[in-house]
Amino acid sequence: MTDRSTHGAQAPSHAAPDPNAADGSIFDGLLGGDSSQWAFGTDFEDPLAGVDTTVPDGVDAHDLAVYCLMLADDALVASQRLSEWCSRAPDLEEDIALANVALDLLGQARLLLARAAAADASVVPVLPEGSPVPPEDALAFFREAGDFRNVRLAEVPNGDFAHTVVRLLLLSCARLAVMERLAGSRDTVLAAVAAKAVKELAYHRDYAGRWFLTLAQGTDESRRRLLSALDALWPLQGELFGSHAVERAVADAGVGVDPAQVAAAADVVLDQVLAMSGVERPARAPLAGVSGRTGRDGLHTEALGLMLAEMQVVARAHPSGRW
Amino acid sequence: MTVPTGTTVPTGTTRAPTRRDRAYDVARRVADPEMPMLTLEDLGVLRGVEVDGAGVVVAITPTYSGCPAMATMRDDLVHRLRDAGFDDVRVRVELEPAWSSDWITDRGRRSLAEHGISPPGPAGPGGPVALRLLPTRRDLRCPRCGSAATEVTSEFGATACKALYRCSHCLEPFEHVKEI
Repeated sequence: MTDRSTHGAQAPSHAAPDPNAADGSIFDGLLGGDSSQWAFGTDFEDPLAGVDTTVPDGVDAHDLAVYCLMLADDALVASQRLSEWCSRAPDLEEDIALANVALDLLGQARLLLARAAAADASVVPVLPEGSPVPPEDALAFFREAGDFRNVRLAEVPNGDFAHTVVRLLLLSCARLAVMERLAGSRDTVLAAVAAKAVKELAYHRDYAGRWFLTLAQGTDESRRRLLSALDALWPLQGELFGSHAVERAVADAGVGVDPAQVAAAADVVLDQVLAMSGVERPARAPLAGVSGRTGRDGLHTEALGLMLAEMQVVARAHPSGRW
Repeated sequence: MTVPTGTTVPTGTTRAPTRRDRAYDVARRVADPEMPMLTLEDLGVLRGVEVDGAGVVVAITPTYSGCPAMATMRDDLVHRLRDAGFDDVRVRVELEPAWSSDWITDRGRRSLAEHGISPPGPAGPGGPVALRLLPTRRDLRCPRCGSAATEVTSEFGATACKALYRCSHCLEPFEHVKEI
């Protein structure tokens, strides 16, 4: 993957539109024939172009790849759910805020999917020969629900705004604690991705924490909705700190983080929010897995398959498409 | 050879500019696609220019993980360097160290303010990230009227790197580049 982008000169991805072409329009002339202004946001770009992706000594490359998928899928699935708020949020500022959070998480997911593919190409779905779809996109758009490694908390439907606030708070408390420690990873790519993610997640956690407090101390109705959302989502919270065999293996190898080791640190922050908001920590039991399998093993709720169907349908209809 | 960002062609010397100097001089003038009043150098995302045989390798770093402008920055760099006669241009991503708003140059900060965008204050210290449940207090002024009476509307704005503010004096909304 890296070869394609780092060796040989790179050309702008699209030719400038020609106002005199048969299907051209007068607006095409505004670009002045400068093709570099035409590719905005439409180009596939290797997010790890030129980055050294050598797997560190003593690390199982497959374990590293699967671990990257876990971190990537939490972000990708949460990002897709947040994006569903676009044009539907309670007001314009929240619409923009949720889209920004979604964009940060999508960026983290892209880097982590690319890192997974570079560590072990066997995790990438095989596409028709000659397909231009890069590995990160093959991973995002051509895996079945059972191959996704995200926690189930990330995938359940949005519910109302209170549900989205509670979910974002629980996810960002856990992810920030993991990323703070992951910034010390022996894998230089993961360490760099984590160091950047910490800065972004700090804003996400503050945003969710402030809304949690606002809803809890707002009107009777806002508090009722918040408590209802917390009660509904709490059984999925424990999965964030479950410790999967792959997570333990990469933690032992010095490249990953066992989330059980950061549970206490994340809890301290969550308790701060609960205390400020005057909300009790729920007593509900965790949602069981099936034969011990949960989201990290590819065991999901029905909601993930439906969400992926919508997210993946266009890419799957054009496995050799160039975007 | 790699030269840290901010290094420019030495002035006042008689040395003729090298090929690398010329390439750097072209790259540092490329504008940021989302905040075109800033060059990539002013924004602090241009991390190095190396001359590699016949080619030029430019290193850039994203401001935020999901920065959608990376492809455009790459295309613009390739385009400008080609126009300047460098045929073999490659752009690589440098993830480490992570971009900080502290890297925006003084000239960049002035340019932001002149264009109605409030420049960032100092980024916080490293170490454990504290939870902030109250609105972030920033020492900033309305870029239009200079009043210090401002209020934050949202920590998230039209691009990943900006927050939304409103001036309580002139009542105009404005954007503020966030500290990270």
